[in-house]
Amino acid sequence: MNRILRKQPLNPTVTLMEVDAPLVARKAEPGQFIILRVDENGERIPLTVADYDREKGSVTIIFQIVGATTEKLNHLNEGDFIHDFVGPLGRATHTEGLKKVAVVGGGVGCAIAYPVTKKLFEQGAEVHAIAGFRNRDLVILEDEFASHSTRFIRMSDDGSWGEKGLVTDALKKLIESGEQYDEVITIGPLIMMKFVCRLTKEYGVKTIASMNPIMIDGTGMCGGCRLTVGGKTKFACVDGPEFDGHEIDFDEAMARGRTYQDFERHAYEEACNLFKEAK
Amino acid sequence: MPNMAMKKNPMPSQEPQARGRNFQEVALGYTAQTAIDEAQRCLNCKNRPCVSGCPVRIRIPDFIKEMAAGNFEAAYQIIAESSSLPAVCGRVCPQESQCESKCVRGIKGEPVGIGRLERFAADWHNAHSTQAPAKPASNGHKVAVIGSGPSGLTCAGDLAKKGYQVTVFEALHLAGGVLVYGIPEFRLPKSIVQKEIDTLSQLGVDIQTNVVIGKTITIAELMDEYGYEAVFIGSGAGLPKFMNIPGENLKGVYSANEFLTRINLMKAYKPDSDTPIQHGKHVAVVGGGNVAMDAARCARRLGADVTVIYRRTEAELPARREEVEHAKEEGIVFRFLTNPLEIQGDEQGWVKAARCQEMALGEPDASGRRRPVPVEGSEFEIPLDCVIMALGTSPNPLIKSTTEGLETQKWGGIVAEDETGLTSLPGIYAGGDAVTGAATVILAMGAGKNAAAAIDEYLKNK
Repeated sequence: MNRILRKQPLNPTVTLMEVDAPLVARKAEPGQFIILRVDENGERIPLTVADYDREKGSVTIIFQIVGATTEKLNHLNEGDFIHDFVGPLGRATHTEGLKKVAVVGGGVGCAIAYPVTKKLFEQGAEVHAIAGFRNRDLVILEDEFASHSTRFIRMSDDGSWGEKGLVTDALKKLIESGEQYDEVITIGPLIMMKFVCRLTKEYGVKTIASMNPIMIDGTGMCGGCRLTVGGKTKFACVDGPEFDGHEIDFDEAMARGRTYQDFERHAYEEACNLFKEAK
Repeated sequence: MPNMAMKKNPMPSQEPQARGRNFQEVALGYTAQTAIDEAQRCLNCKNRPCVSGCPVRIRIPDFIKEMAAGNFEAAYQIIAESSSLPAVCGRVCPQESQCESKCVRGIKGEPVGIGRLERFAADWHNAHSTQAPAKPASNGHKVAVIGSGPSGLTCAGDLAKKGYQVTVFEALHLAGGVLVYGIPEFRLPKSIVQKEIDTLSQLGVDIQTNVVIGKTITIAELMDEYGYEAVFIGSGAGLPKFMNIPGENLKGVYSANEFLTRINLMKAYKPDSDTPIQHGKHVAVVGGGNVAMDAARCARRLGADVTVIYRRTEAELPARREEVEHAKEEGIVFRFLTNPLEIQGDEQGWVKAARCQEMALGEPDASGRRRPVPVEGSEFEIPLDCVIMALGTSPNPLIKSTTEGLETQKWGGIVAEDETGLTSLPGIYAGGDAVTGAATVILAMGAGKNAAAAIDEYLKNK
């Protein structure tokens, strides 16, 4: 059982929680994830570590309310307990020796893009952060990105925040203007990462994508999180969650991500109804 | 005068028709009367061949003698001296290839039903005993056990009985390892596993769930910072194997580990569970071991027509005979000498069929089993909406990759001495599937037991 120390809505569908988890906080690194269960009958869901405070012993998670479990999680408040909270899992982002990096985040994926942006910036790398959201109401972590990057480029689908357009438009512009990156790191919706990787492949820029597939145990036991990378089956929980973006079969990952779509939609509606009745 | 009946008292079971649709336990257990009658079949031989067949060396004739006299609690206490998990072993041990295979009564007729008697004694104890086991006086030494499966629990139990302060670290949210995530409710009710774990807690064993050794804490930290003087690694088998054929990542293809974990650990078959599972209509399970049988019987209980696809013949099936018989009774179909070549999907990426090939048995291979060879031009399709791969596992990399100097075999298993479980590092022992690759509950328990004795010896002389 882990206590929620702080809860802060970042936008109408995205919430930040700082959780008391000293053992996890001691080891957590950018790129790693935790698995949690909200209650006794809860499913296990992976969430990437958004921040950590080793001294305070806390780990921050940021999640979008997309289904029954995240809906239930969002109904917990400061002082409440999360039933199970385990980690840090997966491999940390490789940041050593990187001098100039573009970090491309989309939507709630920016929550995961932020800790690596911060780490790279703090170790003295030149960091160009590109964040994309559908509109300005959905923007998260704007100040954090602005203060931890060399350049911060804001993009929105409707032009209500920063420039109108996709993150790939911004990245393309930077590359075309002669910026040379050691690496591009991309985190966000699969479809966005697919197109970021397609773009950087054209220009021959090494790209790392952070994958967030369906998982159960998260320790290399069930194989539910498998994906195809360079023609080989890999397990996101122990081999990843980050992989060479030019080698990932994104179409397969997208299809697998939809395995329980019907079940999830139904469960989400039920959870919403339950909370409505409770009110 | 012993009972000279040639056959064992049969095990009362749920009717196949009914049980193929529920998750309640299939075997119902002996009555007290039947247990006494069966116990009286034991000849109480002087040379005790049965004991030599038991990996944890239970004093079998002694406990059976007490059972024959109706002293069930006394019988249980004898079993408990050697086994930390009597109610579990009475259910899932392959007695036919262990204790019962050595029974003199088996020469002309059927051996004594040792497993069934063990189960009865353990269940009787669990139902009637109100006495908590006495917590032994502490000897002040701390030992860490990694993994709460059969090897870890056995090692922890034996050490706790000797007065060690034992902490078990479990990666999942619930203790029990394969006993809770792998073996289904209908073969091993989870309340029984919990009872055995509660007994260990009463002995003073501290169980820490949600701690992944190698990630949350490393073995070096356990010893240097947390003050554990010895460590036992019982982290179990690891990554599921796949066939590396096209279509294995389609929606509707599961590893047996995933399928069973969703059902057993996450209770996806119950309406109040938040964990989803696909309810396939036509399910194929690829493989022929006990895990394949468990997966097939679970899929059946979720309402599917189930086919087990196995590339050799019935005679080579690695699963226990009893499990195969149960599966057949429940309506599961076996396609022997068949091997999948490809899993085909529809436009949405769901499984729709498996293209298979007929096989024939050729020359014996290195393992001595006749090698299956493809029959030319024998390809055919089986329409399916779900495929479960039950092909075994390869060792988990988490501990190996974070423990400097820990030697492993080429295939990834941890190198450990047979007799003691000692690894390449002093004070660090290992046993169970992490060392042997996928094997049985009782072999893992035997390894846990040996390691506990070796750890005791090591710390006494340190």
